[in-house]
Amino acid sequence: MTIRPLLECSRLSFERDDWPVFAGVSFVVEEGDILQITGANGAGKTTLLRMLSTTLSPSEGRILWQGRPLSECLAEYRSDCLYLGHQPGVKTALTPRENLHWLLAVHPRHADRIDHALSQVGLFRHADSPCGSLSAGQLRRVALARLYLSEARLWILDEPFTAIDRAGVGELETLMDNHAARGGAVVVTTHQPLTLSPKQLDLEPYGRCIA
Amino acid sequence: MARFPEWFHRLGAPKTFYSMTGKWLPWLAGAAAILLCVGTVWGLGFAPQDAKQGNSFRIIYIHVPAAFLALAGYYVMAVAGAVGLIWKMKLAHMVLKAAAPLGAALTFVALFTGALWGKPTWGTYWVWDARITSMLVLFFLYLGVIALHYAYSSTEAASKASAVLALVGTANIPIIYKSVDWWYTLHQPATIKLTQAPSMHPDMFKPLLVMIAGFYCFYALVLLMGTRTEILHRERRTRWVADLAKTGY
Amino acid sequence: MAAVSPERSAFSAIVIRDLTLAFRHRGEIANPLIFFVMVATLIPLGVTPEARQLAEIAPGIIWVMALLATLLSTETLFLSDFRDGSLEQMALSSESLWVLVLAKILVHWLISGLPLTLLSPLLGVMLSLPAEGFLTMVASLALGTAALSLIGAIGAALTVAIPRGGLLLSLIVMPLYMPVLIFGASAVQQAVDGMAVGGALAVLGALLAFSLLISPFAAAGALRVSLHG
Repeated sequence: MTIRPLLECSRLSFERDDWPVFAGVSFVVEEGDILQITGANGAGKTTLLRMLSTTLSPSEGRILWQGRPLSECLAEYRSDCLYLGHQPGVKTALTPRENLHWLLAVHPRHADRIDHALSQVGLFRHADSPCGSLSAGQLRRVALARLYLSEARLWILDEPFTAIDRAGVGELETLMDNHAARGGAVVVTTHQPLTLSPKQLDLEPYGRCIA
Repeated sequence: MARFPEWFHRLGAPKTFYSMTGKWLPWLAGAAAILLCVGTVWGLGFAPQDAKQGNSFRIIYIHVPAAFLALAGYYVMAVAGAVGLIWKMKLAHMVLKAAAPLGAALTFVALFTGALWGKPTWGTYWVWDARITSMLVLFFLYLGVIALHYAYSSTEAASKASAVLALVGTANIPIIYKSVDWWYTLHQPATIKLTQAPSMHPDMFKPLLVMIAGFYCFYALVLLMGTRTEILHRERRTRWVADLAKTGY
Repeated sequence: MAAVSPERSAFSAIVIRDLTLAFRHRGEIANPLIFFVMVATLIPLGVTPEARQLAEIAPGIIWVMALLATLLSTETLFLSDFRDGSLEQMALSSESLWVLVLAKILVHWLISGLPLTLLSPLLGVMLSLPAEGFLTMVASLALGTAALSLIGAIGAALTVAIPRGGLLLSLIVMPLYMPVLIFGASAVQQAVDGMAVGGALAVLGALLAFSLLISPFAAAGALRVSLHG
């Protein structure tokens, strides 16, 4: 196996209109890692995750994917990571099944297991009813169903537990744990205490970080 | 990615640009003042009258240079936008921000003087002539860039979005001009067809050249001043701007 | 429902998705069309009901209205995708964003430009367009509205992150629409006058090809700026 870490971030900083959001953030994500990013509101957790997802680019610092700069392997990296943001990209006028269809076509994965994934997240009964009739937690579960289908090695999850019930949180933690055990990696933000014992990265506003 | 000589990088740093251009301003201002004064006095006082239009033709000494720079200004804006997008140069975005209202103002001057000229020539302030219509569309293109810039709350997004729009506009300008020309020949009304430069008497033409040169200097001067103001604004939290504010220069 | 095969391309997935969404919001497709017909009713009321005079201005009026109706529907092109995070998911696809943008533009034309084109003969009748103009009107609108959808997409992408960006969208897009309007309306006018229309239609086709070349890339770039902001 390769000795290189999956993801290597060094001295990342981000400025929004010349105001620093965070600066000097360095950390390493290796195979099997679950990295929990903590920090107060406004510390830049979402910004950091959006940067890892390639939506934002760092003002300074660099991100290496398996030893290569992101700019050199962008398409490869994008197909190797799965990002779930605050707005998970679920259309309320479509059914859970239809939502997964298009999301999987845009991020090609094992689409034939949609039924399996939907039953895993407890939505099999609702597979063909419009998402508009689902609750907030169920909507979030539609997006989370992608985790059961994905072959991406790096999961980037921004507050995945929002609106999820206690049993769901437990299942999701098991899922993350299994993913890490298979050699994947998870970067996650949450205010919820995790029963797993993940690596921690604490973001301080404008400050340096302890990884 | 292409490599640039050292001076390009140094000039690209807002601070260097600011201190370097500070020395150019007096020279540009002087050149613009002299050229514009000479051109105005020569054009209005000494150039011969036009055989058909009498003295009213003299408005070309403002109209033509303004129209020249209105179009050139759009290209300046677009090139700045392209440099800003491709090489991520902040200074270029600042030039774009300064070039947009300046270009719009010159376009307006060209339109306004054109309308004034139209009254004695065509008997009306406004005709849908090909050149005037194109100028009006150009004015709209400028307004779009300015409006888009102001609509964004984030400076960075505003810069990039207006740069994209300026580039799209540039790709379309030749098409718009050609279409308007074609449209005009289709609907050509029976009015006096104006022909200027080719049949112009050299004594009329020379002051025009002086005025054009003067307008170019004036444009460069205002563009630099606008860019410098924008630099100070965007770099207001840096140490060098704070020092500048203390020492005065 | 048949399971989607994994090799189905992202392009067709977006086309199917947006067509499904459009079908579920049928009312929104109808609105620009109703607008198109209603404004056509205003013209005789505001100008003249006299058939000869209406016939004179019909080609231009129909084209201007088609342009405005397309503009109305352009604002929503990326808006809901931007708000619910779908756009971000598309931008993070390993597939190029411009391909997905092109799919969205195609659907936009299918649900706005194409119905307008098909509805235009009705307006031709209402505004006493001479019979010689009908075929050219339909052909020019088919080509022209496709170009308008493409050009409008750039504006929609630039303004999607701006609250109440609809009016701004019109401001920045309308100057870019002008060549299409000129050649579209002229083609119909020439047909009415009994002249050859091949030239004007060919230029419309060229404008369409040019927008096809530029627009998906410009719109994709603009969308990344909007996501960034």
